[in-house]
Amino acid sequence: MFTLDTFQVLLADQGFERPNIDWHAVSPELVLLAGGALVTLVDVIGLEKTRRFIPMLTGLVFLAALIPIVTLFQAGDLPRTMFDSAYIVDGYSLVLKVMFLLAAYVVVLMGADYLVDGDYYDSEFYQLIMASVLGAVVLASSRDFLFIFLSIELVTIPAYMMAAWRKKDLKSNEAGLKYMLMGVFASSILLFGVSWVYGTTGSTNFKEILSLDIINGSPNASGLTYVLGLGTIFVLVGLCFKVSAVPFHTWAPDTYEGAPTPLTAYLAVVSKAAGFVGLIAVVKLFVQLNNGTSNIVQIFMWVIAAITMTVGNLIAMRQQNIVRMLAYSGIAQAGYMLAPFVVVDNLALATSSIVNYLLIYSAMNLGAFTVVIIVARRTGSGDINSYAGLFKYAPGLAVAMTLFLFSLIGLPPTGGFIAKFRIFEVLLWSSPDENTSWMALSLAVLVAVNSVIAAYYYLNVVKQMWFMPALGDDSAIKVPISLKVALILTLGFTLIFGLSNLAPALSEL
Amino acid sequence: MTNFLNEWGITAMVFAPLLGVLIMLAIPKTQEQLLKVIALGTTLITGGIGVYLLANFDYNNSADMQFAQSYDWIKVFNAKYSVGFDGISLPLIALTLLVVPLVIIYSWNHIPNPGNPKTFLILILILHTGMLGTFVARDLVLFFVFFEVVLLPMYFMIGVWGGPERQYAAIKFFLYTLFGSALMLVSFLALYWLTGSQTFEIVRLSELVAEKGIPLNTQVLIFAGMFMGFGIKVPIFPFHTWLPDAHTQAPTQGSVILAAVLLKLGTYGFVRIALPILPDAAVEWAPWIGLLAVIGIIYGALGCLAQTDMKRLIAFSSVAHMGYVMLGIATLTDLGINAAIFGMVAHGLITGMLFFIAGSVKERYHTLEIKRLGGLLLQAPRLGWIFGFCTMASLGLPGLAGFWGEFPAILASYQPGGGLSTTLFRVYMLVAALGTVLAAGYLLWLLQRTAFGKVPEEFKDDTHIKNPSLTEWLAWVPLLVLILLLGVFPGLIFDVTEAPVSLISGVWN
Repeated sequence: MFTLDTFQVLLADQGFERPNIDWHAVSPELVLLAGGALVTLVDVIGLEKTRRFIPMLTGLVFLAALIPIVTLFQAGDLPRTMFDSAYIVDGYSLVLKVMFLLAAYVVVLMGADYLVDGDYYDSEFYQLIMASVLGAVVLASSRDFLFIFLSIELVTIPAYMMAAWRKKDLKSNEAGLKYMLMGVFASSILLFGVSWVYGTTGSTNFKEILSLDIINGSPNASGLTYVLGLGTIFVLVGLCFKVSAVPFHTWAPDTYEGAPTPLTAYLAVVSKAAGFVGLIAVVKLFVQLNNGTSNIVQIFMWVIAAITMTVGNLIAMRQQNIVRMLAYSGIAQAGYMLAPFVVVDNLALATSSIVNYLLIYSAMNLGAFTVVIIVARRTGSGDINSYAGLFKYAPGLAVAMTLFLFSLIGLPPTGGFIAKFRIFEVLLWSSPDENTSWMALSLAVLVAVNSVIAAYYYLNVVKQMWFMPALGDDSAIKVPISLKVALILTLGFTLIFGLSNLAPALSEL
Repeated sequence: MTNFLNEWGITAMVFAPLLGVLIMLAIPKTQEQLLKVIALGTTLITGGIGVYLLANFDYNNSADMQFAQSYDWIKVFNAKYSVGFDGISLPLIALTLLVVPLVIIYSWNHIPNPGNPKTFLILILILHTGMLGTFVARDLVLFFVFFEVVLLPMYFMIGVWGGPERQYAAIKFFLYTLFGSALMLVSFLALYWLTGSQTFEIVRLSELVAEKGIPLNTQVLIFAGMFMGFGIKVPIFPFHTWLPDAHTQAPTQGSVILAAVLLKLGTYGFVRIALPILPDAAVEWAPWIGLLAVIGIIYGALGCLAQTDMKRLIAFSSVAHMGYVMLGIATLTDLGINAAIFGMVAHGLITGMLFFIAGSVKERYHTLEIKRLGGLLLQAPRLGWIFGFCTMASLGLPGLAGFWGEFPAILASYQPGGGLSTTLFRVYMLVAALGTVLAAGYLLWLLQRTAFGKVPEEFKDDTHIKNPSLTEWLAWVPLLVLILLLGVFPGLIFDVTEAPVSLISGVWN
């Protein structure tokens, strides 16, 4: 009999010892893994009969994966580390995992009716989304280039397929293909950068890289800086593709428009957040590594943040289609989130403000997409003009959308205000380093100006909903229950984040 | 009960309107009468709590923050729910408590097109909370939240219920204000970090800035951000261009609230936040603020002379009147700042009243074009006399409220505080005095063209043109009485504001 034990004995004979695995710490991942297998099995066995239960089952798996996270918090012995600190389960990563799971749950709620209405393959969609979320959940804990690379790929590869899900629609095909080509390109750049870092340090493990004397202050360090610097730039560029920062954003609007809208929401929130989680990890590494790489990160981030928010906003102003508008506005939002990285000498505060922004961004952006799906079910259109008169025939929906848009602008009393407030907070942190102070201050003013530009196009939608007469059918809109739940969840979080200590407190964990 | 109100009175007052909103949400919009009753009842209860607080206010210690409450709110950045009011806030709170119920009474049979009193009244109540909150906030974040919350309902009031150019006016109003407040937020956060103790409490900050010795250049820059935020709201020339559009397009109720209370948020911000926290920077800025103020006085007056629309003329007169308020503040003297606060209240009463009249004229004549109007005194003598009374008050006739805002402000410029150039301010004084002549010119000319003369042909047989209706009387009488009362007994306000103002101006004198 060949059992796991004999397998281990076999490996041990060849000098391999299984690293110690903290099963409790990886249990959220295990639940997802088991859930994925379960969904696949149910689909294979039940076929058509069980098909309509699949979305519910998927949602339940996401919620079930929250349970071990709660128990991990309860156990209170964080952080837990594994694989020579390559995999860390701490408060920070657990908060992100909760965010990924809840966001994915909302996406499932959004998708249920969409997929059935469109007569698309649905159960495979849920299997893929579960795989993708697993990637995001693993990524939150990864502190090793290999882990990071693998989990990012796990997030994006299923998404390539899902983007092309409406397979009879040319736009969806374009979306999938464009996303895949650009995604693969970005991955190879990332990998290329990693290879430079690996070449100079001999390790992919962050802890090990940071412990090397050869880089930190040894006489040879300066020679290595150039090589490491190249690696740094390539790694950052690779990840900037994932968060669709300008000038690596060109795939996003086409992909967002062509993909099924729930998947667009998924890309705009979960996948983008995953990119940021990867960025946070590598930026932390490079900033701690040595002065050279830290400076590169600072200048790189200043430039990218400045052009990302400005270009994103300026192009968003010209959009007629709401999904494309949200795509470009999402690019601009990514610009705001990149800005705190400039404050390299207080990275703890910067990270906390980015996580804070991600939490709030997820709630408000998913909410906006939920309304887009609900309205598109009625009007069959993504035109901003098709929102005309929404307040007259669907006041609740219009108010919800208005709150989401206000939140995206960054107005109190919605979450977006707290999000932007904390970005300003970091940027105005009085750094002892004058250079940092000026870079951060200039970005702060830029964020302020950009917020006004952004308000213009968000208000354009508000204007349509409130000030314009309805164009066609103006009977009340029936909202399916799953979309209603999605709306209540996202709106609830958007408002709670705006009025309470919740998001900042979570981001400090 | 007494204890409860002493402790929670302010909170109850500020949030009572929101409670009314919740009740109104549950009532279908066809029940218009019931909705109006609830809205009015809510403002009366709010006013009742307010009157209780005013009655229990210790007028001998009006410099103290009374009924103060402070609780942790967003702990991560030490934002507090901290409220209380002193003699500076008191007149403005009283003004707000008075104006809002009157506006709702006026709305009884004056709901502007396109109807929907439910939403209209809900927006007014949200505004109510925002305005009261701004005047009682003692924490910069809390202040900012209320300051911004005010923006949202007004945007909808202009955009939905406004005139033909309402969309343009609404977005202009929104973007201008947002731009100012974004920069103001940057300033607040700069203070938060530079004072080194990470607090947003206004009182603490003003102590800390004095202790810490922040470089003057930095202080001047921080003041600049606040100047943008408050100055746009006031509005100070050259940021005033949103005001004529917003006022002209807003429905009568919107114009009244805008003129009576919203503009004061800016000047109040200067007195409450900018001056006490940054007294040294204020000295640097005062000559420029004074300059812009007198330019505003003259420019506003000339603008008035050129207007062909009655409502737009009144709007431009606001620019001039707020110029006197800003001039009073810029003198940095006891007298000047007291005059400024008096001016705020007086302008609120008088210009609010003028907008009410403009609304009623529009309702009767269906036009506000000065050329077409005439003979108001013949067709509706009572309305004509009220109009005459208000123009007299507005031009600063002694014995009426307008006088006590303008005259002491001009007087104070004779001998400015804080070591400011006496010559310069005496020049300002002359220019401002010239402004009063112009004010008399444009107001009397307006009165002459609209109220005097013969009844134009087209309105000769119009039975709509009649004296004020019952709701109009109810809404107007309190304002008219107060204009006279404050004109005869200016001490009603000066006695309250004197002590807290001397606390602020003590730094310079």
